[in-house]
Amino acid sequence: MASTDVKVIGAAPSPFVNRVQIALNLKSVDYEFLEEKMGSKSELLLKSNPVHKKIPVMIHGGKPICESLIIVQYIDEAWTDGPSILPSDPYARAMARFWAAYVDDKFYPTFRAFGSAEGEEAKAVAREQLMEAIMLLEDAFAKCGKGKDFFGGDTIGYLDIAIGCFLGWMRAVEKMSDIKLIDETKTPGLFGWAKRFGSNAAVKDVLPKTETLVEIAKMMAAKAKAQ
Amino acid sequence: MESKEIVKVVGFWVSPYSLRVEWALRLKGVEYEYIEEDIFNKTPLLSELNPVHKKVPVLIHGEKVALESLIILEYIDETWKQVPLLPEDPYDRAMARFLADLGEKLFVNAFMALCSEGDEKEKTLKLATEAVEKIEEELKGKTSKFCGGENMGYLDLALGWISHWLPVWEEVGCMKIVDPIQFPSTTLWMENFLNHPVIKEKLPPRDKMVIYFQWLRKEMVSQIAKYGPNGAWAILKLKSPPNYR
Repeated sequence: MASTDVKVIGAAPSPFVNRVQIALNLKSVDYEFLEEKMGSKSELLLKSNPVHKKIPVMIHGGKPICESLIIVQYIDEAWTDGPSILPSDPYARAMARFWAAYVDDKFYPTFRAFGSAEGEEAKAVAREQLMEAIMLLEDAFAKCGKGKDFFGGDTIGYLDIAIGCFLGWMRAVEKMSDIKLIDETKTPGLFGWAKRFGSNAAVKDVLPKTETLVEIAKMMAAKAKAQ
Repeated sequence: MESKEIVKVVGFWVSPYSLRVEWALRLKGVEYEYIEEDIFNKTPLLSELNPVHKKVPVLIHGEKVALESLIILEYIDETWKQVPLLPEDPYDRAMARFLADLGEKLFVNAFMALCSEGDEKEKTLKLATEAVEKIEEELKGKTSKFCGGENMGYLDLALGWISHWLPVWEEVGCMKIVDPIQFPSTTLWMENFLNHPVIKEKLPPRDKMVIYFQWLRKEMVSQIAKYGPNGAWAILKLKSPPNYR
């Protein structure tokens, strides 16, 4: 597959972009990465995603696909000779999709709210909601993984990608807020899974380093204060 | 039709999310038992079936419980192979999913436009109209009756609520979102959708919908005045706070 046949418009620190990169790596698909500059949107991005104007966008053979989870499903369906990303059983697929939707609709906004909460009371409320969401994901790990290494079973799957993309930022937040989000005693399932996911060949060069993300967070906070 | 396990749908009579699940099953000729859930007086059954969100619809298939209407549509399509709903080509599938997602955002914005006043109403109305513009663009090129081609498919079922719920909301909310002159392709598609035999026989009665949404609008307007948009959603526990993504 020619590397110019697949392009990904994104930014390295974006967990949503990381989802696409991990999926392409799992299928051993070469791609050209077009990095968006922070604070501006390229012509190509605006042309490829006129509806939402957001990253990631994947362009395959000239055709753009948008929305990270839709892109991951597309990757699974377009490249069928690599390992499967979604499970083959319809019910397992429905469960994986349900939890991935939960991550986008509930976990992510809660995580963001915690990161941006100001004041002791707001922080405490946001922290409680975030920990509740994480406990639900711990439960989901037991239900979906059924004692195996990943949410997807023996190998990384759709739900692993949907959740695992946030590990970099979660570690950055842990460092900056002096809090444990994934804890060995409280969330043993997620704890072990996070190690395995992070060290997987398809993932390890994609998830940004904690220090890099902490720097970015500090820069964004300074920018916000200056405005 | 391989599966002999019992199929049940837990729904709410006027929820487009629960109707789309019923439409999908009917299109495929799958028999099911319907269980009505009063979403304002939720039963322990719903909490048991959907502990995370406590929302309808729920599809019960034997021992399995599927949640979230669009996810349920894909489950139905993958379980009962007759009358395929999603297209075969991966790119067409991605487009169908993308537009279905856009339809969900239109739903939230149109509903907020129905339930708000002043600046908030204007803002959400604008967002809703922009979403319809995108849908119109998609439908404009097509010569076929439905999004799925000559037969109805996933995207028709996902967007179908527009043809029956939006006109009611426009009436109750004194607003116009789908102007037939501005959006001729969407308007034609809406007519085709409503005239499909499976859809025609499974639509909530319009007069009851008008009464229901008049009541709901009044409730929401007063809650929003007291608690703001996010607070009102939480109190009525209808949906998560709208994300104007």
